[in-house]
Amino acid sequence: MTEFIQKLKEDKVGLAGLIGIVIVVVLALLAPVITPYSPDQMHTEHVMEAPSSQFLFGTDDFGRDIFSRIVHGAQVSLQVGLIAVGIGATLGLIFGLLAGFYQGKTDQIIMRVMDVFFAFPDILLALTIIAVLGPSLTNTMIAIGIVFTPVFTRLIRSAVLTVKENEYILNAKAVGVSNIKIILKHITPNVMAPFIVQITLALSGAILTEAALSFLGLGVQPPNPSWGVMLNESRAYMEIAPWLTVFPVVAIILTIFCFNLLGDSLRDLLDPKLRQ
Amino acid sequence: MYSYIIRRLLMIIPVLFGVSIVIFFTLRVIPGDVAQTILGTSATEESLSALRGRFGLDLPVHEQYFLWISGVLGGDFGVSMRTGAEILPEILSRFAITFELTLMAAIISWIVAIPLGIIAGINRNSKTDFSVRIISLFGVSIPNFALATILILILSLVFNYSPPVGYVGFFEEPLRNLQILFLPAFVLGTAMAGAVMRMTRSSILEVLRQDFIRTVRAKGVKERIVIFNHAFKNAMIPILTIIGMQVGVLLGGTVIIEQIFSLPGLGQMVLTGINQRDFTVVQGAILFIAFVFVLINLLVDLLYAYLDPRITYK
Repeated sequence: MTEFIQKLKEDKVGLAGLIGIVIVVVLALLAPVITPYSPDQMHTEHVMEAPSSQFLFGTDDFGRDIFSRIVHGAQVSLQVGLIAVGIGATLGLIFGLLAGFYQGKTDQIIMRVMDVFFAFPDILLALTIIAVLGPSLTNTMIAIGIVFTPVFTRLIRSAVLTVKENEYILNAKAVGVSNIKIILKHITPNVMAPFIVQITLALSGAILTEAALSFLGLGVQPPNPSWGVMLNESRAYMEIAPWLTVFPVVAIILTIFCFNLLGDSLRDLLDPKLRQ
Repeated sequence: MYSYIIRRLLMIIPVLFGVSIVIFFTLRVIPGDVAQTILGTSATEESLSALRGRFGLDLPVHEQYFLWISGVLGGDFGVSMRTGAEILPEILSRFAITFELTLMAAIISWIVAIPLGIIAGINRNSKTDFSVRIISLFGVSIPNFALATILILILSLVFNYSPPVGYVGFFEEPLRNLQILFLPAFVLGTAMAGAVMRMTRSSILEVLRQDFIRTVRAKGVKERIVIFNHAFKNAMIPILTIIGMQVGVLLGGTVIIEQIFSLPGLGQMVLTGINQRDFTVVQGAILFIAFVFVLINLLVDLLYAYLDPRITYK
């Protein structure tokens, strides 16, 4: 682990990603302290004003401060990202462990169901689920969580298949350790490396999917300050008030970019084949 | 090989059945009465029961499913709950647009990504390599709707240009058609370009390290031939894998891109269907997209065998 942290420290690209993510997290956590206004506060005297010292990123058609909305938007993005990936990763971990450890019929049933989910392009599956549940913040998280489950299941299953063949597992079985204990104590800790890499990559995917769904009007609903919602609302005024478009776009791109930088580095560090 | 193709084709059947079951039953667990949702709260009891009768909504769910799926198997996807129009002809005509858009996006991304990936791989750790890696990571990180919005903004503010509105088929006005589709295809292709560029670079690196390349070089073969005839062909397998995986991203991406550029494709059909709660349209269009997606993945798998004779299929 210390070797791993050392390597990450040496890897400037990954470190840059990590620092970027820390900044986004800090901004999100301290949003009420940092921002000069509440994200929903309307300044009717200052509608669609360009960036200035009073409104750092300008104001929108309701006179709301874009800077405050962007910073609060980080909360929405991270909340959706963490909870959605939490749902997908947990379900994927459970199904993957069961399929990989028990194999046979359990494996067949779980993996065939996952094959079905793999046959949907991600955003379409999310849209179908939203169509049923209705667009809202909670339903967006559930939909993205379900979309990500098959990837985690497949990843954990293949990791379990490799780990299972180790002698210490066979030893544990031979001395009569229960299956549940083997799964929890001996297998789960050993599949954590690919699991963590996938979580980092999935976080960027989840933030992106949330922004896309909200952009289409089927994710987080206004007046919630989601970056996707803000971008969608900006389209009508794009030419007369470009700051309405530019800041949400930059926020989305930089956040996803940082997660990808870190995810990439982690993958390189943990995958010996790519390490050179 | 033939038996492998046939087996893989047969394996698609249960997956597609699974997909049809998931779509159908998911869309049927919507809380409340579907007929009421479509006709609104002011609908009379007669119009509600007429709609239920017409679409078999008063039957048990499993019977509704069997009715639908037997229709689909016979090439009848039913009619729209909103407009009463036949769904399959609509899917097919819209698919032509989505297919052209996806194909153009893929071609644009390959033209950019594969040469750049090769150049980066050959000149590892050079400035070119570094730039290509950053560009490709940006390509992967920029959501297509964000790129589309920002490109439209830049084109309009800086070049005073707005993308052409309205859609014209390729066979009616080929030039105008390509002009309309170029920007959406370019935006759609960036994510794929990023991913393909990264994979090309790393698999070229991987192949160049292998013994047979050293042997070829030792024989005095020109570097150009080493790269294109020996390294590239062997590096194609992982590149193809990523291309196959990206097809799903492209097909999904069309939903957003078609919406932004007002292209009447399959993605827009799904979105309109969802917004209007027209479930027969949604289930038909999504089943069709899943079918295309599964089929393309199969094609990619079969291409492996063509490219790498070491892969044998039993």
